[in-house]
Amino acid sequence: MRLLRRFLARLANFATRQQADQRLREEMEEHLAFLTAENLRNGMPPEEARRQAVLKFGAMGTIKEQCHAEQGLPFIETLLQDVRYALRLFAKSPGFAAIAVLTMALGIGATTAIFSVVDATLLHPLLYPHPAQLVKVEDDLPGINGAREVGISIPEWKDLEHSGIFQYVSLMGGGSANLTGSLQPERIAFFSVTPNYLATLGVKPELGRWFDPDDQTPGFTLDVLISDGLWKRAYGGDPHIVGKSLRLDNDLYRIIGVMPAGFHDPGRTTERRNTELWAASGFAAAPAPLPQRNSRLTLETVGRLKSGLTVAAAQSRLDALVASLQKQFPTDYPAQSAWRVRLVPLKESVVGGVRQSLILLLGAVTLVLLIGCVNVANLMLARASARGHEMAVRQALGAARARLVQQLLTESLLLSLAGGIAGLAILFGARGFLLQMIPESLPRLNDISIRWSVMLFALLASVAAGVMFGLVPAWQTSRTNLIHTLRQEGRGSKGSTEQTQTRRLLVITEFALSLVLMIAAGLLLRSFWDLFKVRLGFNPDHVMSVRLWLPVPNDPKTDIYGTPAQEAPFLRELLHRSASLPGVQEVALGSSAAIPLNHDRNSFPLILEGSGMQKEPPLIELRNVTPGYFHLLEIPLMRGRLFSDLDDARTPQVAVINEAMARMYWPNADPLGKRLRVRPADHTWITVVGVIADARTESLAGASIPQLYLSAYQSREKELAIFLRGQLNTAALPAQVHELVRSINPELPVFGAQTLDDALSASLSERRFSMEMVALFALTALLLAGLGIYGTISYLVSERAHEIGIRLALGAQRAEILEMVLRQGLRLALVGAAVGLVGALIVAHLMAGLLYGVRPTDPLTFVGVSTVLTAVALAACYIPARRAMRVDPLVALRYE
Amino acid sequence: MKQKTDVLQGTLALMVLRTLDVLGPLHGYGIARRIEQISGDLLAVNQGTHYPVMLKLENEGAVASEWGASENNRRARFYRLTKTGHKLLEAETRGWEQTAAIMARFFDVKAEDLS
Repeated sequence: MRLLRRFLARLANFATRQQADQRLREEMEEHLAFLTAENLRNGMPPEEARRQAVLKFGAMGTIKEQCHAEQGLPFIETLLQDVRYALRLFAKSPGFAAIAVLTMALGIGATTAIFSVVDATLLHPLLYPHPAQLVKVEDDLPGINGAREVGISIPEWKDLEHSGIFQYVSLMGGGSANLTGSLQPERIAFFSVTPNYLATLGVKPELGRWFDPDDQTPGFTLDVLISDGLWKRAYGGDPHIVGKSLRLDNDLYRIIGVMPAGFHDPGRTTERRNTELWAASGFAAAPAPLPQRNSRLTLETVGRLKSGLTVAAAQSRLDALVASLQKQFPTDYPAQSAWRVRLVPLKESVVGGVRQSLILLLGAVTLVLLIGCVNVANLMLARASARGHEMAVRQALGAARARLVQQLLTESLLLSLAGGIAGLAILFGARGFLLQMIPESLPRLNDISIRWSVMLFALLASVAAGVMFGLVPAWQTSRTNLIHTLRQEGRGSKGSTEQTQTRRLLVITEFALSLVLMIAAGLLLRSFWDLFKVRLGFNPDHVMSVRLWLPVPNDPKTDIYGTPAQEAPFLRELLHRSASLPGVQEVALGSSAAIPLNHDRNSFPLILEGSGMQKEPPLIELRNVTPGYFHLLEIPLMRGRLFSDLDDARTPQVAVINEAMARMYWPNADPLGKRLRVRPADHTWITVVGVIADARTESLAGASIPQLYLSAYQSREKELAIFLRGQLNTAALPAQVHELVRSINPELPVFGAQTLDDALSASLSERRFSMEMVALFALTALLLAGLGIYGTISYLVSERAHEIGIRLALGAQRAEILEMVLRQGLRLALVGAAVGLVGALIVAHLMAGLLYGVRPTDPLTFVGVSTVLTAVALAACYIPARRAMRVDPLVALRYE
Repeated sequence: MKQKTDVLQGTLALMVLRTLDVLGPLHGYGIARRIEQISGDLLAVNQGTHYPVMLKLENEGAVASEWGASENNRRARFYRLTKTGHKLLEAETRGWEQTAAIMARFFDVKAEDLS
C-alpha cells in the first residue's frame, strides 16, 4: 500500500518535474539561510558563517541527486534516455536496423502465425462450457481381430447413463438428407442425436427451445433444431421459424429451435462440423434394431463427466462397471471378446490427429526464429566491435557495467519489438492469404484468428528474442578492455579474440539448427514423395464421381427403393442415361464408400460359413458396386469372375473380394466358392466368385486393407456414387448429372462432384501442408545460416588482411590463401553439422509418426542434407575467400 | 572527544517522524536542529541528508508539507505528521522496541544462564 502510494507520487512528480525541483532549491536555500543566521548570531564573520553553513548542510550535489532519484522514476528516465539514444543510432545506420528488424519481423511473424493455429486448435479446441468434462466413450473388442470403436448398444447406453459417472451420455449418428420445403431443395448434413445432446454439450439454442433431455421416446421424434447457417440460407433468417415444418427425405418435421451462430458439432471432420440439422431419436425403435445388448449401433458416444471427476477416476469406475456387466451377461460379453470401454477426452479425439504435425510446425518455426536471433546477434557483435571505442570512453567516464548492459539491451529490445510489431502487421495484412494455405481438414479452421492470446504471444516472443540476441553481444561489448581499446585509437578498433570466438560459436549454432530443420523437411519430403508416387492399384485419371442419396423414410412401406428388386431398375436407368453424357466413355455406380480415398468407413460384421456363430464377428469394409466399377477404375481381376448384369435380385447373391481379404480369411485355401454373410440378421449366404488385386482405395498409406464387394443390383444401397470416365468437361458435368437425375426422379439431389485426382490431392493436403511449411522454414534457415557464415568469414578475412598480406609477401600462393579461408569456413560448417546431426536424430525419432515409407534414420536424407549444407557453406565462404586471395600485399602492409 | 556515530539505515526516517510527533509541524531546519539536539550531537549527519528522507516520507503519505512563515518571518516549508504517519510511527516504534528488547537479552545473557 505504502509502496504503491510512493510509486504513484513519484509518477506524478515524474510528470511535473519542474515545480518539484524549484521547491527543493528554495527549501535548501532557506535552510542555508537559517544556518548562516545562526552562525552570525554566534559571532562568526559573514563569510565564515556562510562557509560553515554549507559544510554543515553537506554535499549539495549529492543531496540534490538523492532527492531527484526519490522524487522521480530514475529507471524510466534512463530508459527513455537509452531509447532516444538507440533511435539516434539506428537512424545513423539504417541498413543495420532494417535488416535486424526485418529478420525479427519474419521470425516473429511466422512463429505467431503458427501459434495462432495452435492456439485455436490445440489450446482451445472445444467451445463448450467446462470442456474438460467432455469425453468420448469408445467400445473396443480387442479379442476379435483387435476391433476398435465398434459402436454401442442401447442397453449399454442406459447402463452408462445410470452409472453415476456421467451427467449425461449422448449418442449421435450422422447422415445427410434431402431437405425440401425451404427456399430450394438441397442436400444437408444432419445428425440424429439422443435428446440430451445439447444438455451434454452445455449449449442452448439461440431461438426456440431444445430437446427435452429426459425424453424417453424410443424412435425418432419429429422435432428438429437447425443451424444458424441453414436458418439464414434456406429460410432468410425468418424470426418466426420456430414451429414451422420442413421435409427431410419426404418426412415432415417441426423446427423447434435455431442453434447459435458459432456452434459446431464436436466432430473431427469438416463434414461433421458442418452439420446443419439435429433430430432427436431414442435409437430404440424402427428403423433402429431392437434394443438388445448384442446389436451394436454405429453411433458416436459423447459423455459429460460428473463435475470434479477426472478422466482417470471415471475410467477406473467404468472398468468396474464393465467387469460387473460381463459377469451379469456372460453370453452377450464372452470373455474372448475382451470387451472394454475407453474414455478419451473429447479434445483429444478432435485434435489428436493433427497435434503432432502442429507441434512439429511450431518447433520448426521456433528454430527459424532462433536462427534469426543468432543472425541478429552476429550483426550486433559486428557492430559491437566497431563500438568498442565508444564503450571504453563511457566506462572511462564512470559508467557502470550494468548500466552499459542495460543500454545495449534497450537497443536490442527496441529492435525486436519493432520486429514483432512489423511481424504482426504483416500477419494482419496477409492473414486471408495465409488461411487459404491451411488444409480444410484442420479442425477448427474457422476459429483461427489473431486474438489477445496471440498478440500476447507475439509480445513475449519479441521480448524473449530481444533478450536472446541482445544479451551475449551486450555482455561482450561491456567487457571491453579499457586500456587496450583506448590505446588502439589511431588504428580503428578491432574485436577481441573472444568476440571472434563468440561469432564462430554463433555460426556453429546456426548450422546445427539449420541441419535439424532441413533433415526434418527432407524426411517429410521423402514421405510425401513416396506417398505421391505410391502404386495406387487403380487409375484415377479422367474419372469423376458424383454423389446422390436415396431418401430413407421412417416408414419402410413408403420407401419406393425399399428392396434390391425395387432399386435395381432405377440404377440401370441411371447407368443407361449417364453413358450418353458428353465425353463419357465408361460409367459405373457404387456406394459412396466405393469412392476411392473418401475416408467413409462402411464396416459390417463378417460371418464365414463353417466358422460357427461368433458372438462378436470381425468387421469388414463393404462396398456395393455395379459390374463396370472394377474396369472403370482399372482394378485387375486375379481369379474367378467379376459381377455381371445377371447378378440381381433373382439370382443367388455373389461377392468379389480383394487379395488382402483372401489372405486374411482363407490363407491356405481357395476363396472361390466359399460362402459368407455380412449382417447377422440376413440369412442368405453370399458366395465368393472373384478375387481382385489390392488397390489403395481406402487410404494411400494402407496397402492391403481387406475389402468385400457386393453387386449393387443385389443390395439396397442408399448412399450412391456415379463414376464417370472419359474426356469430361469437369465444370459442366455436375449440372448435367443433376439434370439427368432429375429427369428420372426430381426429388433426388446431386452433390459432391469431384475428380479422383482432386480426391487424391485432398487426401494428401495435410501432409503437403506440413511438408511445404517445414520446407519453407528449412530454406529460410539455410539462407540465414549462409548469410551468417558469409558475414563471419568476411569479418575474419578483413581482420586478417594484414596477416594475409604478410603471407603473400613471403611467397604464399594465392590458391593456398583461398584454401586456408575455405577450410576455416568448412570447419565451422562441419562442427555445426555434427552437432546438428545429433539433434536431427532426436527430432527424427520424435516425428516418426508423421513419416511414411522412410525410416527416421534414412541415410539418403541425412547424407544429402549434410552435403547441401556444406555446399552452401562453401559457396558462402567462397566470396570472402576470393577477396582474401586478391589482397594486395602492398596495400595491406601499408596500413601498418 | 565524543565519537560521532553514523546513522543506522532507516533510523533517520523514524527520528524525523518522532520529532514531528512530539513537537508538531516544523520546517526542515527545525527538524534537523531538533534531531541534533535530542541525539546530544552524537550523530554524524549532514543536515541536508534529511531532505531525501522527508521526500520519501512525503511520497509515502506519512508527512505532508506546505509553505508558511517561520518564527523570524521567513518563508519556510512546514512538515507535519499525517494519520498514515502516526500509524507508521506506532508500527515502527513497536518494531524497534521489540528489536531492542531482543538485543538487551543478548547483552544480559551469561554462560551460566544457558547451562
